[in-house]
This record gives sequence, C-alpha cells and structure tokens, in this order.
Amino acid sequence: MAAKVDYKLIVGLEIHVHLATKSKMFCGCELVYGGSPNSRVCPVCLGMPGSLPVMNKQAYEFAVLTATALNCQIARLTKWDRKNYYYPDLPKNYQITQYDLPLSHDGFIEIPLEDGTIKRIGIIRAHLEEDAGKNTHEMGNFSAVDLNRAGAPLLEIVTAPDLNSPAEVRLMAQELQRIVRYLGVSEADMQKGHMRFEPNVNLHIYKEGQTYKTPICEIKNLNSFRAIERSVTYEVQRQLEEFLETGKTMQMGNKRTYGWDDVHQVTVLQREKEESHDYRYFPEPDLVPVELNDIWLEQIKSRLGELPLQKQQRFIGQYGLSHYDAAVLTADKATAQYFEAVVQAGADAKRACNLITQTGQKLANQNNTTVDKLGISPQNMAKLAQMTDKGQISTSAAAQIMAAIVGKDTNPEQIAKAENLLQTSDAGAIEALVNQVLAENADAVKEIVSKGKKAQKAVGFLMGQIIQKSKGQANPKIVSEILNRKLAQLPGQS
Amino acid sequence: MSQNINRQQVEKVAHLSRLDLTEQELELFSGQLSAIVEYIQKLNELKTDDVEPLAHCLPIHNVFRQDTVRPSLNVEKALENAPDRVDDFFKVPQILEESGA
Amino acid sequence: MLEGLNAIQLRENIRSGKIQSRQAAEYALKRIEKLNPSIGAYLNVFADKAMEQARAIDAKVAAGKPVGLLAGVPIAVKDNICYTEGTTTCGSKILANFRPPYNAHVVEKLLAADAVILGKTNLDEFAMGSSTENSGLQKTVNPWDKSRVPGGSSGGSAAAMAAGLCFAALGSDTGGSIRQPASFCGIVGLKPTYGRVSRYGLVAYGSSLDQIGPLTTCVEDAAMMLQVIAGHDQRDSTSVDNQTAPVTDYLSQVEKPIDGLKIAIVPELIDKAEASVRNAVRAALELYKKLGATLVEVQMPHFDYSIAAYYVIATAEASSNLARYDGCHYGYRSPNAHDYIEVYSKSRAEGFGAEVKRRIMLGTFALSSGYYDAYYLKALKVRNLIRRDFTNAFAKADCLMMPVAPSTAFKFGEKMDDPLQMYLADVYTLAVNLTGVPGISIPCGFDDKKLPIGLQIISPAFSEDKLLRIGRMFESKTDYHNQRPTLQG
Repeated sequence: MAAKVDYKLIVGLEIHVHLATKSKMFCGCELVYGGSPNSRVCPVCLGMPGSLPVMNKQAYEFAVLTATALNCQIARLTKWDRKNYYYPDLPKNYQITQYDLPLSHDGFIEIPLEDGTIKRIGIIRAHLEEDAGKNTHEMGNFSAVDLNRAGAPLLEIVTAPDLNSPAEVRLMAQELQRIVRYLGVSEADMQKGHMRFEPNVNLHIYKEGQTYKTPICEIKNLNSFRAIERSVTYEVQRQLEEFLETGKTMQMGNKRTYGWDDVHQVTVLQREKEESHDYRYFPEPDLVPVELNDIWLEQIKSRLGELPLQKQQRFIGQYGLSHYDAAVLTADKATAQYFEAVVQAGADAKRACNLITQTGQKLANQNNTTVDKLGISPQNMAKLAQMTDKGQISTSAAAQIMAAIVGKDTNPEQIAKAENLLQTSDAGAIEALVNQVLAENADAVKEIVSKGKKAQKAVGFLMGQIIQKSKGQANPKIVSEILNRKLAQLPGQS
Repeated sequence: MSQNINRQQVEKVAHLSRLDLTEQELELFSGQLSAIVEYIQKLNELKTDDVEPLAHCLPIHNVFRQDTVRPSLNVEKALENAPDRVDDFFKVPQILEESGA
Repeated sequence: MLEGLNAIQLRENIRSGKIQSRQAAEYALKRIEKLNPSIGAYLNVFADKAMEQARAIDAKVAAGKPVGLLAGVPIAVKDNICYTEGTTTCGSKILANFRPPYNAHVVEKLLAADAVILGKTNLDEFAMGSSTENSGLQKTVNPWDKSRVPGGSSGGSAAAMAAGLCFAALGSDTGGSIRQPASFCGIVGLKPTYGRVSRYGLVAYGSSLDQIGPLTTCVEDAAMMLQVIAGHDQRDSTSVDNQTAPVTDYLSQVEKPIDGLKIAIVPELIDKAEASVRNAVRAALELYKKLGATLVEVQMPHFDYSIAAYYVIATAEASSNLARYDGCHYGYRSPNAHDYIEVYSKSRAEGFGAEVKRRIMLGTFALSSGYYDAYYLKALKVRNLIRRDFTNAFAKADCLMMPVAPSTAFKFGEKMDDPLQMYLADVYTLAVNLTGVPGISIPCGFDDKKLPIGLQIISPAFSEDKLLRIGRMFESKTDYHNQRPTLQG
C-alpha cells in the first residue's frame, strides 16, 4: 500500500441518453428493444447509396426540454455536422451529430448529496446525435452486426469536471436518470442501454508543495450505478499507484480509455494512446439548420412540469418529511403524484409515506409494477392510513389489508371486518380485560410484584393473555399502557 | 497554408480514407495531388476575413418529420446485398478493438 | 414514323392512340441492340420490363383511362439513380452487383407519369469526371465522332439521346455533368436549381451541389421532363417546399419569348474558349440581339476561383459520402482481406478507380485536422463571394450567357494523364453548382469538324420557367438541335 498521499479526485461525466421517440432520429424505423436482428432498418439507417436523413421533430423537442431542465442556454440557431470515422456498426462511416453549434450549452444540475446538502455540477453542453448499431463478438472469430439501433436518437450531455468523489458521480448519474424519467424523454433503463455513462477521471496530487495532474482516463462499459461508483473508486487507487510508480502526468493527447470488467471489478486499458482520431467534422450538407423562435421555445418549456429535486424539497417543506423519505417518494414521478393524491384524500403525510414506501413498495416489487399501478385508489390508501392512525388496525394488519386489496381496490374497512382485523382501542373495554387477566393469574402477578427473575417474562405472558381474550382485537399499545399502569398501582410496587 | 502535399501526407491521407494503395499509386497520386493542391492555393489570393462561409445554398430552415413509425425493410431485402452474412446479421472479420468513437 | 419525333410529339401520338407505346419501346430497343455495342451508352437494358411497362400503358389508353405526362415515352436513366430493376452501379466496380431495395424519387415520378424506362446509362465513376472515361465498367463514345469523348459525367445519357437510343434521358449535374455532355453531344441539358428536384435515390457525390436533370433533343422536352420530376419530396431535407418555390407549368409557358430580355455577359470569360466556341457563342448572342435582347457587360471577379473552390468543397463532401463503400453492408468485398481493416482498405482500393481515389484523398486532406480552415472553410467563403457575383449580375439582367466548355469534344486519353487539366476545363460550369442557380446548355453551332457546341444560359434560383423560355427563343429560330450524327444503321 502506497504512502498516504494528498489528492483531489476530478471527474467529468459524459452521458448518452436514448430518447423515447417512437421512430429513429432520421428515418421512420421503429425503435424497439430486442427486436430480431436487422428487422428495423431501411435504406436511410442502413446508409444505402442515395438515402437521405430527415430530422425527427419530437427528438429535437425532447432534447430542448431536457436542456431546459438542465438550466442550459438554448441555441436559437443550431446545425448538424458529420463526424467521420470507420466502424462496421456505423453504416455510413460517419455519424450525424452536432459539433460547433450544439442545441444547448452552459447549464448546471443540482444534485442532492446523501447528507442532504445540494451540490451544483456544471453542464458544458447537451446535443443530439444518432446512435450506431451493435457488434456482437460472441458468435465466433468474426463480428456480427445488427443495425436495429443504428440511427436511434441520442442526447449527449457533457458535464464540467465538478465531481469530486465516487459517490458524487453515482449520485449525479442517478439524478440525471430521475430527471429524464420525470420529463418522459427517456425510459433511462441502464440495463437496456438507454443511458450510458462514461466518467473521465483524473487526480490532482499534492506533493511537496507541487500539484501533479495524472493523465485523464475515460471509463467505458458501465452497466449499473454500482459499477459507476466502483469503477471510479478503483481508478483512484490505480492512478495513485501509477503516479507514484511512474510520475506520469497529464499531457496533450495522452488521455486513455479503460473498460470496466464487472466480473473482476477492475478497469482494463483498451487503447494505449488515443490514435488521435481525426474526425474531420464539417457541416452536414443533407440537413438544414434549425431556427428556434420564442413561441416554439415557450411551447416546449410549458411541458417542463415540476422537476424532481424541486418536488423533493417541496415535500420536505410542505409535508414535514425527512430528506430520506422525500427522496424515496420522489424517486419516480408516478409514486410522488400518488403520494400527494393519498394525502389529498385525507391521509397523514408521514403515515402515507410509510405505507407507500414500505408495504406499498414491497407489493409493487412482487407484482413487477409501481405503487400507483397496484390498483389501490388514493382514497382507499388514505383510508388505510387513517384507520392505522386511529388505532383501528395495527400496522401489520394494514400491511395484510393492503396486500388483499391489490388489484381489487376494496374498501379496507370491509377487509378489516371480514378478516377480523379491527382492533379496539376502547380503554374501558381493555381495562376490563386487564382486570380479568390479572385476577386469573395471581402467580404471574406475584412474580412481577416481587421483582423475581421471571418478572419480564410474566409481563409478556399477561400481555399475551389479554390479547388472546380480546380475540386479537385489543390495540397492543393501549393494552401495554393500561397493564403497566395497573401493575404499578399494585401493592408492593414502588 | 502548406504550398503542397508531400508523399508522407499522401500516405497519411490514404490511411484516413481507408485506401490500401500500391507503391505505383502512391507515387503517381503524390505528384498529381501535389499539383492540384498547389493550384488550390489560388484561393489565398482572395481576402475573406469578413466573409461568411456558405455551406447551404438554400434559404430554408426547420425541415422535420413527425415522429411516426414507417415500415422497415424486410430483413431479407436488408441483407440482400451483404457481401457476407451469418443468420440475420452482417458478417465481418473480427473487430479487435473497441469502437472508434 | 417514330424517327424524328420528339418526346412530346411521341406522347401526344400515344395518348391519342395513333402510335402504341410498345411500338415506341420496340423501336428504341432495336436501335439499342444495333447501336449500343459501338456507342456503349447503356450499361444495362431492361427489354422485358420496358415492354411490360409499354403494354400496360397501351392497355390504359385502349381503356380510355387517363395517362401521365410521359405516357409511353421510352427514357434512359443515368446509373447513379436508384431503380429497383437490375443493378445501380454508379459506373463502379464497387457497386457492380448492387441492387437497391428502393426507387429514387425521380424514378417514382417517371413511372407515375407512365414513362417506360429502357435502361441505365454509363457515367464517370460516381459522377466524378468530365468525359465518362472514368467509368470502371465500360467505354462510351461520342456518336458524332467515335474517337472522341461524349463528355461527362452523364456521357451515357447524352450519347443515348444524341444517337436516338431513347426519347429523353435523366442525368445528374454536380459541376457540369449534364450541361457539358449535352454540349459535346449536340443536345439540350438542364441542371435545375439546387433543391428543385429531390435527391432521394441519387447516389451522392457532392451533396450541396448535386441535382438531377433532363437531357433531351429540344427545350420543350426538357420543360416537360422538369414538370414531371420537379417538386417537394419530404424524404429530402434539401428539397424546397411548394410554398417557397412552387412548381409552375413550364411546358405551357415555354413558347412565350421574353420581351426586353437583358443578357449579362462577361467578355473575358467568353474569350477563354477556343475559337470555334467563341464564335458560335458570339453568333448566338447576335441572334438574341436580333430578337430584341440587349447585352449587358458585367464583372464577375471571383468567377475564376470557382475551380479551386469546387474541387475543395465537392471532394470534401465526396470523401465523406463515399466512406460507406467499405465491403461490409453492400458492394464489393475484396477476397484478399484478412482482417476487418483490410476489408475496408483493400475493398476500396480494388473497387474504386483512380479518379475516385484522387478525389477522396483530396477531400480528406481538405477536411483534415490542421487544414480545415485553410482549405474547406476558405472555399466556403469564396463560394459566398462567387454567389455575390451572380447576385450582382442578376440585378442587372434576366440571365447570364457564356460557353459551356472551352472546347468541343476532345479525343480519348487527351486529358487523362493530367487530372488538373481535366478540372480546368470545367471553368464555365462549376460556379453554377456552387451558387445553386439553374443552367441549361442548348445546341448553338458546330466546329469545323462538325462537333457540336453548346450555349450556356444561367438564370436566378427557381426561375426555370424563364430559363426555358429564353432557350426556346433561340431554338425556335435555329436548326442546330435538329441535327443528328450519322450512324451506321
């Protein structure tokens, strides 16, 4: 292990988001996940001779909407460029992208950190481009190319190097996912490849009054948030060790690319020196520029809605929720909206939160859906909350009832009655039972009063007896209160 | 602006263009391209500091299509011209490194 | 009976039932069979399909059903325009077996107008050239003199038209590729305004310069062809919409001369041509004056730079447009390729001809890191200056007139050793593509070897109606366009 060295981690993130349009960026082929190979292609996305691209309006509007949510400057005039390189998954051997006049630039995103504070991360630019197809190497010593994905619309977002810990990188990624899902511009499922993250990592190492910058390393092939965080953590160590061994520092053109090996949990060098790709960018002659006027921009902006962090902070303020609870509830828009509907229908915010995030989430997972789609109306969820609050049912009974009404939306009161789950909090009735049990169990009482070894157990026993006598309907909290009060009043108790 | 294009540059450009040229071709093209590039220096006779580049002749902006799905090609049609295929994939010799992007 | 008919006359005869489409198709196919072997205009002839199309039209006529503007007219199409019949080779080994799964927009228009497509014609490989000598597949000769080139890159279409192997033809023009072969072959060739005709299905060479246009024996036929193929296509983002530039009825207007026609000329430019061309063009201008036109001398100080600007811009775009020919998804793959890099570099080296390779490399060079500003960006700025020259000229006149080419058809091999010499001969046509305005070549004379000379008329963007009328003014008073080469058989 190397000697303790002072350093700062610098990470910028490059993100590619698959926009959820129905058709591709420049042609009408359908976008489907997992279709049979080369079944969603046409002369345009196949790059056949004589084919021409035509821009998907929805993709542009999704991109502008996202850029607005990221507080970017939106370009009133934007254009397309060609990025030229050769690869079998790139049928034209150039990618249509945006180079010097991107649709947006200079924005920021605020990410909630785990300690509840907010950190601002700069966004350098966000622009549109088309995706390439897929190469499969697993079939033998050749590559099999499927162009179904070629031409899919991608929003490329580049952040400023403002991230300073592996956790921050992960949180940034998660927040971006949350935002694009809220906006409805992308499904953003990492496993399906809807969102690709490439951290660009280097260290500023402080040694004997000097600052040394290690070469920037780009990490690819990350398929989960966990992988994002772990790969950055790994890179920190690797770069530290490498620097201490070789003293290599950041130079023009010595940026390297590493792939994350999830099996061995290490980064693996993919290219020694970036054969400085000369992409020969030039304006795309087959597409005309886009001019965005005020009216159109306002139309797009009007679809923004409340953004997740906004909603999260409002939940804290308006409903008195903890940072953690607010974060969980606003993880997806539908759940957050459902929560508010439940509160509107009369539930206490904290109780509603618990019901939704605990049992509700568990049931949602079991049914492979989300809480709002369990088929339980906000009214009935609110009823459940109220019944629990009033002590009419225990929390475990509430869970049981919720499970029973999934998909049926039956009134919880009905279920409670039918399943005999109603508990009484009637102090008078309970007191009568307590008295009865105390009278019937003199030995136990004696044990408690004399503070014998089995006193605790005896209390538990008496509790059990009372609950049994009540046919499970006595509110245990009330029972405990009354029992302990009565025991305390007995002679011999001090 | 360089006055010319030399043999080394021609080789580099041939590689960038993915053209595996013969020695004779490299010799021949170096000379010919050199003469052409030299001729193109003519453009330097014109002062263009205050001139906008004209990439598009047409005065049109905002050409879009609606986000509607249109029929794709039948997979057999899509692969009909493929020099080599395996099942429904295009087949190429193994790619040894990651994407160029 | 069919001999001597132009396309419009043929159509009228077919519409009225006097002639059958199958007769016209047979006539053309017989001529092709007899003459194409020595002229080499067609790469591919679709005899069966053409007869099938002809019979279908005859059936429509017989049933009294309405038929299109090109009813039964047998047409040749340049082989860089996609047609689902046969192959679309672009005159290249690399696409020798390529069968497009779709039709170009203009082909759809031709078929919808009830034309009969006879076959695909030869061209300089990927439309790069001015003589058709760069075809990787076949040689095409000039019907007027078989030791001479037909011009290029639409040499096949021009030769077919001049030799009567079709009644009309389509070509493409990026730097003069319709106008110059029309001039060399004594026919009419029209390059429409950029954006007038959809490029969807035209195999791209210089995307900001390419346009498809007709090659015909007379201006009237060119008007009719333009009528059919012009108009907005939503599959081409650079195709102009009907509000910005509606398609007018070119044919109905074409006989109306322009009163008080003002013709801009640049005397120094005319002087650059060889004597026979200079004289023919000057004589044509005199005729216009007799018809009431006035000549206006204008300056176009940047015109001379169009060759340099063109060969940067066109080749830059081409280097990118031709990157897709890599032996992976379609086209020729080298049998000598052992890894995936060789699939690219050997397929392309073996599949492309010399001129294509030169232009790809030139274009790659002009776009490459460190050279982009000095070459590509600079050329785009010069393009703007050239456009200003045209705008200024059109402020003073209705049109511009000048030669099409500095000479008449040259001999085979004459310019092949020095590519730069070949490029310099494009001096009169390139600027028109750089600015996007329309230009037409009409026959205006012959040199002492009986080789045709063309007059180039250029007009403002989307003014093809005027352009055609101006051309017709001259044609109606002369007989050059009615001359035909003498061919054996």
